Parts: sequence; C-alpha cells; structure tokens
Amino acid sequence: MASLMAMTALGRREPTTVTHGPLTITERTDVALASVAARKGRMADLAQAAQAAGTPLPGPATHQRGTPYSAFWTAPEMWFVEAPFATHELIAEMLKAALGDAASITEQTDAWVAFDLAAPDLSPVLERLCNVDFRHVPDGHATRTMMEHLGVYLIKHGPKEARLYGPRSSAESLLHALETAAHSAL
Amino acid sequence: MIIHHPILGPRDAQEFVYLGDANLIDRPDGMTAGVEVFHEYLYQRTNPAGEHQELWYHEQGDRSWLVITRNTVTHEITKVELARDVARSRGRSK
Amino acid sequence: MTQSNRITGGQIDRTKTLRFTFDGIPYQGHPGDTLASALLANGVKLMGRSFKYHRPRGPISAGSEEPNALVELRSGGRQEPNTRATVAELFDGLTANSQNRWPSLRFDAMGINDKLSTFFAAGFYYKTFMWPKSFWEKLYEPIIRRAAGLGSVTREEDPDNYDKGFLHCDLLVIGAGPTGLMAALTAGRAGKRVILADEDFRMGGRLNAETYAVGDLQGADWAAGVVAELSSMPNLRLMTRTTVVGAFDHGIYSAVERVSDHLATPTDGKPRQILWRIYSGKAILAGGATERPVAFENNDRPGIMMAGALRAYANRWGVKVGERVAVFTNNDDGLRTALDLQAIGVDVVAVIDSREGGDLLPGIRHLQGAEVIDTAGNLGLKSISVRQANGRSETFAVDALGVSGGWNPNVNIHSHHRSRPVYDPAIAAFIPGKDGPPGLLVAGAAAGQMSTHAALKTGRDAAIAACDLTNGPDLPQAEDAPVRITPLWHVAHGKGRAWIDQQNDVTVKDIKLAKQENFTSVEHLKRYTTLGMATDQGKTSNVIGLAVMAELTGRSIPETGTTIYRPPYTPVAMGTLAGRSRGREFKPFRLTPSHHWAKEQGAIFVEVGNWLRTQWVPKAGETEWRQSVDREVLATRKSVGICDVTTLGKIDIQGTDAGAFLDRVYANTFSTLAVGKCRYGLMLREDGIVFDDGTTARMSPSEYVMTTTTANAVTVFRHLEYCRQVLWPDMDVQLISTTEAWAQFSAAGPNARNLLAKIVDQDISDAAFPYMGAGNITVGGLRARLFRISFSGELAYEIAVPTRYGDALLREMLAKGAEFDPIVYGTEALGVMRIEKGHVAGGELNGQSTALNMGLGKMVSKKKDSIGMVLSQREGMTAENGYRLVGVKPVDPQAKLTAGSHFLEKGAAAVAANDGGWLTSKVYSPHLGCDIALGYLKAGDTKIGQRMRIVNLLAGLDTEVEIISPHMFDPEGERLRG
Repeated sequence: MASLMAMTALGRREPTTVTHGPLTITERTDVALASVAARKGRMADLAQAAQAAGTPLPGPATHQRGTPYSAFWTAPEMWFVEAPFATHELIAEMLKAALGDAASITEQTDAWVAFDLAAPDLSPVLERLCNVDFRHVPDGHATRTMMEHLGVYLIKHGPKEARLYGPRSSAESLLHALETAAHSAL
Repeated sequence: MIIHHPILGPRDAQEFVYLGDANLIDRPDGMTAGVEVFHEYLYQRTNPAGEHQELWYHEQGDRSWLVITRNTVTHEITKVELARDVARSRGRSK
Repeated sequence: MTQSNRITGGQIDRTKTLRFTFDGIPYQGHPGDTLASALLANGVKLMGRSFKYHRPRGPISAGSEEPNALVELRSGGRQEPNTRATVAELFDGLTANSQNRWPSLRFDAMGINDKLSTFFAAGFYYKTFMWPKSFWEKLYEPIIRRAAGLGSVTREEDPDNYDKGFLHCDLLVIGAGPTGLMAALTAGRAGKRVILADEDFRMGGRLNAETYAVGDLQGADWAAGVVAELSSMPNLRLMTRTTVVGAFDHGIYSAVERVSDHLATPTDGKPRQILWRIYSGKAILAGGATERPVAFENNDRPGIMMAGALRAYANRWGVKVGERVAVFTNNDDGLRTALDLQAIGVDVVAVIDSREGGDLLPGIRHLQGAEVIDTAGNLGLKSISVRQANGRSETFAVDALGVSGGWNPNVNIHSHHRSRPVYDPAIAAFIPGKDGPPGLLVAGAAAGQMSTHAALKTGRDAAIAACDLTNGPDLPQAEDAPVRITPLWHVAHGKGRAWIDQQNDVTVKDIKLAKQENFTSVEHLKRYTTLGMATDQGKTSNVIGLAVMAELTGRSIPETGTTIYRPPYTPVAMGTLAGRSRGREFKPFRLTPSHHWAKEQGAIFVEVGNWLRTQWVPKAGETEWRQSVDREVLATRKSVGICDVTTLGKIDIQGTDAGAFLDRVYANTFSTLAVGKCRYGLMLREDGIVFDDGTTARMSPSEYVMTTTTANAVTVFRHLEYCRQVLWPDMDVQLISTTEAWAQFSAAGPNARNLLAKIVDQDISDAAFPYMGAGNITVGGLRARLFRISFSGELAYEIAVPTRYGDALLREMLAKGAEFDPIVYGTEALGVMRIEKGHVAGGELNGQSTALNMGLGKMVSKKKDSIGMVLSQREGMTAENGYRLVGVKPVDPQAKLTAGSHFLEKGAAAVAANDGGWLTSKVYSPHLGCDIALGYLKAGDTKIGQRMRIVNLLAGLDTEVEIISPHMFDPEGERLRG
C-alpha cells in the first residue's frame, strides 16, 4: 500500500514564508477548497441546505467567514468554499453530503496555491500587481483579477491582510511577482 | 475601456475577451436548418460604424458572457447585459 | 570651469554642488538644475548638431518641448540617446555626450551637409532612394542614412528594472501649475480622491519661472505652500516627475513616473520608471501652454531661444544665457522677458517688436514694427540684423536672443480621441475643440486662459464642475493681463533658410516646396517634410508650419487645420512599456507535478504555452537527444513508460443536462456513454473545422470529466461557457476547470497494468477495468482516478491524484515497479509513439482541417445537432479528392523527411500546380527503423500503397516515399486492448 507524501505548490515539504520589509507572504497548505455551483433552478434548495449546513453563500464579489466553512463568490450562483484541510481534506465529499443534489460540487484544493499577505498597508504592493482598488474596496471584498498574466482570486480581509489564490502550477512565478513588487514598492 | 458589468460594476476591458456580433445568439437548429441558413448565421454580419451589440466574455472575472451595446466609433458603451438573459429573451432555452 | 553665467536667485540649492561632465569636460551645478540650466550656467550653449544639416544647436526651451538639446545621457547599458537636456535633472556624477557629430561637437565633419542643403530639401529620401537598386545597400543605407540622425543606441542590455501599476481616483489633475494646483486644492479640500501629476520635478509650473505675485506671495512660494497643504491630505496623491502620456477610453490615462532618473543609479530593487494605468472618475487637463518661435533666416543658432525660456533660466535657475540680449516678439509676453532680464541687470540691447503702436517699454530700446531678418555667429549667436519699420537695417551685437511668437495651449491630451483643436484668433493659437475624451475638462493656459488669474479661476471652477461641488477656495489676487498678439509666423526676407522645425531641419523653403508639389494637406505636409516628427512631435513647430502653409495656399489657419495628436505626449522608453515582462519574466511559468523529480534527473524541458514539460530525460552516456528519445520509446513499448500528462486541460462538467450538453459540443455522442467509461471526443468549431479533441469520462450519471489538448484548455473552457450561457441558457450544466487540481500520469506499455497493480488498491485486471474504463479508485487509501486510455497504442492508463501527491506518486511508481524497469518519457517520445499510431495532434489540428481530412469523418453524428455539424457538410469540405490523413515512409530507409515538405507525383515538376499536400508531423521511428511522417494528401485514402515523392526545395529534399495507413504501428490495436 502506498502512503504518499504531500509536496507544497512551491515544491517543498513545509509551507514557505517569506518577508520583504514590512510584507509577509505565507503559503497556506492547510486550506481545503471546493467549488459549489447551484444546479439550474435549484438556488432556493441550495440556499436552504447551505444554511442548514453552516455554509455561507455570500453575494457577488464578497467573502464571508464562518466555521468550519468560509466562502467567496466566484461566478453567478457559484462559490468557492474554504475549510481547514486537516479536518476537511475530503471537502467535496462532505459538501456533497451536506448540500445534496442542489449543487454541483468539485474539489479545488490543489488547483490553487494560497498565499496570505500581511503588511501594515498592502495597497502599495497590490497597486503594482493588479487593478483592484484595494484601498477603496470594503473588507471582505473578493474578486478575480490578473497579476503578471496570472488569473488570481484576491480576498481583502482588511487593509493589512489579504488572501490570494493563484494557479498552483505557477506558484513560483506568482511568488516571484509578489516579491518583486514588494521589493519595488516598499 | 471600462465595462460596467451588471453584477460586478466597472471593470477594465482588459479582463475580457471579445467575440463579436451578438447575433451569434440566434443559432439555428442544426436538425432543421441547412447549410445556407448556417452560412448566413455564421458569416453574414453587419459591421456598423456606430452602435453595435457584441459578445464579450469576462475571462479574468466571473466568466459571464455579456452582451455589450457599444458605439464602434466613440467606444461609448450604452448597455451591458448578461448574455444568458438576452438569450432567454430571444427565446433560447435548452 | 566655474559657473560663469550663474546669477543670484532661482530655486536651486547653492549649498550643494553637483559635478557632471559633458563631452568629457567636467562642470558643476546645483540640485534643482537641469542639465541644460547647468550647462548654460557654465556658459555652454552649443549642445548638439541638427538632424540633417548638422547645424550647431543649443536649447531653445526650458521644458519637454525641446527639439534641439538632445544628448546621450549616461553610459554603458544605461546610455539613453535623445534625452532632452532641458528636462534631465542634474545629479552628481552625471555624464552626457553630444550626438550626431564627428569627430567633435565644435568641429563636425558632416557639417558639409549644411553646404549641400540644396540637395537635402524636403522629399529628398523619396526622390533619391529610388534607383539603381544596388545603391540601396551600398550607398543609401550605410552612408546617407547614417549621416542623418539622432543619438545612438547602446548595445548593452538595460540593467534597470521597470514596473507597472494601477491607480484609482475621483479626479486626475494633469499639470501642477497654478491651474492644476488650484483644481487639486479645490477637490482635495472637498475630500475627493485626487491624483495630481506633473512632469517636472518641482510643482508650480510657470509660477516657478515667473516673478508674479500670487496673493501676498511670490508665485513660486504660493505654489510651494499649496503643495505643502496638498501633501498633508491623505486623499491626495502628488506625483512629480510623472508625465501623463495618453488619454484612453472611459477615464483611463497612462502616466510615466520617472522614479530614479534623477539618481546616478536606481536604489537597489527600485524601478527606474513606472508605467501607471490611472482609472479616473474625471480629469482636468491643466497642462499649460508652449511658446512657439517665429521663423526668420538663421534663427537656429545657439543663443537663440524662446523668450519665456530665457526668463525661466534667469528666474528659476539663476542663469543668464547671454551678456548682451535682445528680444524679438509679436506679443506682450515677450516684453516680460525684457523687463525681467533688465531687472536683474542683464544688458537688454533691444526689443524688436513686430507690432506697430502701443506703449513703449521704459528704459529699453523698443523697436516697433521691426523684424529680425538674419543672424550671424557660427557656433553661437554673435549678432542679429534687424529691419526697422522705416525699412532701414541695423545690426546688433548680441549673444542671446529671446523669441516669442505667442503661446500654444497644450491641447495634446484633449486631442487623443481625435478631437480637433479650434483656432482662437484672440490668442492666435489653437484651443481644445469639441468631443474631447468624455470626463476630461480643460482649464488654464491649456484652455487658452493665459493669465494667472484666469488659470486659478478656471482651475478651481473645473474642479467644482468635475466633482459636483457648490464652491471652492477663494482666489488669491493675481495678474490678469490680456493677451495682446499680432500673429507673425515667418519673416519674409531674402533667400536664406528660416527654420520652422529645428529637430527635423524643416525650413520655410521646405514648406514652399511641399506646396509646390501639392502636398498641401497638413498630414501630407508632415509626411513629406517630416515636420513635427521625432521626439518633440512638433510641439514648437507644428502650428507655425501649418500657418505658413495656410499663407502659401491662401487658406485660413482653421481651414488648414492641425495634424492628429496621438499618445504618447512625450517619448516613452521601450523598457517602461515592457515593465517587468522581460527575459525570464516575460511570462509566468507553469510547472508540472513531476518537475522537481525531472530536474533532479537533468531532464530537458520544452515550453508548451506557459508549461515547462519534460522533453526527454537523458541517461548517463547519452550524448545526442535521439539516443534518449529512442530509448524511451523502445523501453515503453517493451515494458512500461510513465509520462506526466497533467498539462492536458481537465474540465469537470456536472448537471442533469451534462450528457445532452456534451452531445451538442462534441461531434460524436456522449449521452449514451456508460458510467465508468470514457470515449474519444471530437470537438468542431461552428464552421465545421476541428477545434479540439480529447477523452471524456462519465464519472456518474450527472458528472463528466473532459480532457482537452494542452494548448486549447483555456479556449475550450471559454467555448463551453459560451455554449451554456449564450446558446442553451436553460441547460442544467455547471463547469469548473480541474486541470491543476489533479496530477495525472500516463503509464503505458505491456507492463503498465502490472506496475499499477502494485500502486492502486483496487483490482484493475482486464475484466475488472476494461479498455476505456474510468473510475474513482484509491492509492493507499488516497482518493485517485484511473482512466484506461492510450495515446501511444500500448496498454495504457492514466492515473490521477490530488496535485500535492503527484511528485510522490511518480516516485512510488518508479520504486514499486522497479522490477519492470520503468522509464519516464517526455514529449518527444510521446510524439514518436502517437505518430507511429496515427493519432492527430498539433500539426494535424491546425485550425484548417476537418474530421474528414483526419480520417474521422464518421465520428460526426448527423443524428443530433452539434456545433459545426451542419457546416462540416459544406460543399468543398466534403470533396472526395480532398486532403486525407496518410502515413508516409521513405523507400530508402536512410532518407530523411522534413515536416512541411510537399507531396508530388513521380516526374511532376515542383510547382504549386502539382502540389499534392504536405507533411504535418515527422519523427524517426525506432520501431520501424526509419523516418516516418503523417501528412495531408489529396485523395490520400485512395493512394495507400502508392509511391510518390516528398519534396522540400528549401531543405534540398526530393525523395521517393510510400503512402501507408496512418496507423503505422499495431494497426489492429491488439496491444492497447491487451
């Protein structure tokens, strides 16, 4: 029987943390992720099931925290749901069990690399990377945007705190872009 | 250009992919329409200097297909709708 | 050399001294200087040679409009040609060299061109560089073209970094003179988010160069006070050294910030420049105005400059350009120069005023109705000849002459959407016209409001209008002098050359020639004479050029009109446009799950889109790529090979209509596919051409997993979204890409099952997991997927695990399957095996080929409607003698084939009319021991077994081949069902 050792998106055994002046970039490997899309005409059923299951389904461009499930809007009637990896590695199965056939659910955990960004003010770095008006958007804003040709999801948890989901295969390029921007801007 | 996405508000056109004339919505039924009808549908498009309805895809966004009414001379955008809504209003279903 | 021409005053920091060199000679200046002001302070007026005639030239301006004083700044990889000395901020250690001269600036051998000017008139290129043909390479290009020109480009790589960024504001104010400062103050105090950008390193605009008071303060001090207030506002972003270079659609502007150009080298890691994309709610153009010259004979000598520049050097930089100065003007503003210079003790010899009447300046020889008709002085101005109102000529010995032909509002940004400026006779200049960029207001001198009071007022009012305010700050007291101007474009006198465009050496004569040859439209005038081209884009020359043309043709100036203004407003370095996308950072990379393993093995990688895929994995002793590839192919066909196929696009398709949806997007049928099975699918475009292919598996009644080619993963996904949203909006289908979520490996070869049996937890015998089976399995308890599909023609599977376990899975397969001598093969071996097997890929999926061409015509079901089904049956696309996919093998096994070569019948001439088709893909088949190829051959299906020629005139190839079935290896498919 095999027992396979996980490798992070950056090709290491342990998640990576780097700091550049006031900015800290932390690779998060402890997040399980799944997409939840309402089946056609089943939005009401999904909302009901989600409420019962404690799964938030926030409005457009919004992230909503919860325990164990947090979620952000990605497309009309579609969300990415987050949960702790240690307890929810099988997040897709768990959500399917909870939400039934009102939704199409797909595991997304390893499709993305997650980086947490922290600095006293993230705006100067982010304005070099993407067109999101980070200063101006409210906390909890979640949007897809582009950074150095990469499609990413950017979630603003506060002026000092953001979560970034980028394509896993480009984790090194994305980190390099973040580091270069930090070096340039800070 | 700035596209006022019906759900997400103003977004840079750089996030979108352009397809072309929104008449592509009116796809004939392949089981009844023949080559001539499909040829008209696919190739015979107007190319106005002025107001034009176009299909754009928010690829670096929420993946919505939009119907955008845009003046091809001034680039003024007067209307932005979800293509799905427009398609339904034109009688498309399954 | 000391700063011989430095006088008191100005906004320079005399407590610090900066050392710099020009053409190797050391000089000194102060912080606050530009290279031009520092050189002038050192008595250096000669700064360059002209483009065509190599005339000695000095600066004519004190700003970004400068046509003459272009230098090569810095050295080595940082050397930048055509830098305007008038805006290059001085720093300690600056080095600059003059350009377009040999051997030296003072003695330039190419000055001979000046004597030969008759031959180099407008249109010279068009008329001369025609024939004979051989002259082009031998004479025209190497010698004549080189004699004309600007600076030289360094051959070294630019060592600096460039960046890009995005900014947002309610109001963008372009220009920080009195207008812009007042606009920013108005909006800033109202709490609006404001960006105030100015190309200068010091905000204040003309206030820094004038002696006017604003309120109780000197103008420059008032400006500094406003800047201080604005700096304290959190809603204000003040950007000096930032030029707004273009107005784009819907309030988007681009700006270049010169972050490090005032430093010897950028601070570690900091960019040299940043290209900003600014999203603005509204914008105000407060870009001021640019003074224009008057054309008269020999008006291009060093020491002759704009009157406003002469006083700017005195007032802002504490520099007197000359000891004995004259001013030539057609408007009141020129008189200010005379008064300012007189006030600081410069000898103002005469004011030559082309206008009649009016008040005479006190204490200065003020000649009314007079004109400068000629000048003298080889390397610098020595004297001017003046024709007085009474017709008498008089010569004045002067070493500097200020010229004012009036001020042109800087309408450029407002005209970037093709708005045509309109002529305002009151100021004898063009002001912004209608239909400028929506949301852009114009104020101050840019709008033709020339007094300081008007600038302050219109700046404030524009901000009130732009931000929907009801009021703004009180206006400080400021001068409100009217513009008194009588247009004078050129002085009619003699036969000498009178320059209009000094950068391009365009003279009044050239305009006459253009008119004579009927190039009278301004756009033709520009192309024919090069008027207004190159780095300054005619900022000082365009209007007088068109005015002279108007005179010559008898049209009015409005009838003659202006040329079109386009971005950028000032030159932008290529590096700035590239930003960080350079070299290795040109694009992001995508790494496969096996990347780290492959790197350890010394694998060779190939870029496939952004992916880095393993191309082959060399073993010790292998010196040539074919050795590795042949070994990988043979080992796979002999036992088992593993290949990382993660790069193939994977799309999860769910919903109760998923099957019906796939029937629409694939040419063949998928709704009938059993759960736990997969099928090869062919996807067409609506025009009937093959779009993509791949296998799609049914994981449950309402869930399919589609694979796409690596190259089309993104476009297929976009297409599927289009189908489900635009064409069939009520289908219950949901899509999500899972390409990166799963690490997927192909295991192929006779021992593939034996190897995998050691890895997976389930029974995968042929009975339990037959050919084209698909299902969820486990690997040591870990969720995984298995598909029994083959691209190589071997018994093969694709196994997938969550990506983080991919590296471990590969190592596990190699370790646990060691007894089968598994190898890892790359894209080359993959290519060999698929061509041996006759599977289509890149060369065949070329966006021009139909299913019929590929021999897959029967896959297009006519029993259902699918994208492309109808138009694939178009006449011409179904012709019986159309291209068909064939296999090709040379008759001589030693012969080499080349992809792209053409089929010809034996004995047929190698001409297009005899062309039978072409080879799409070619490899060496270690199995067959010769080159083999796939190709599209006309009526190829009827030619199997025949002999033809493969011809490639470029490669010198003409060899006999046998046309064979594309299924060159195991045509019955016994191996993959094994």
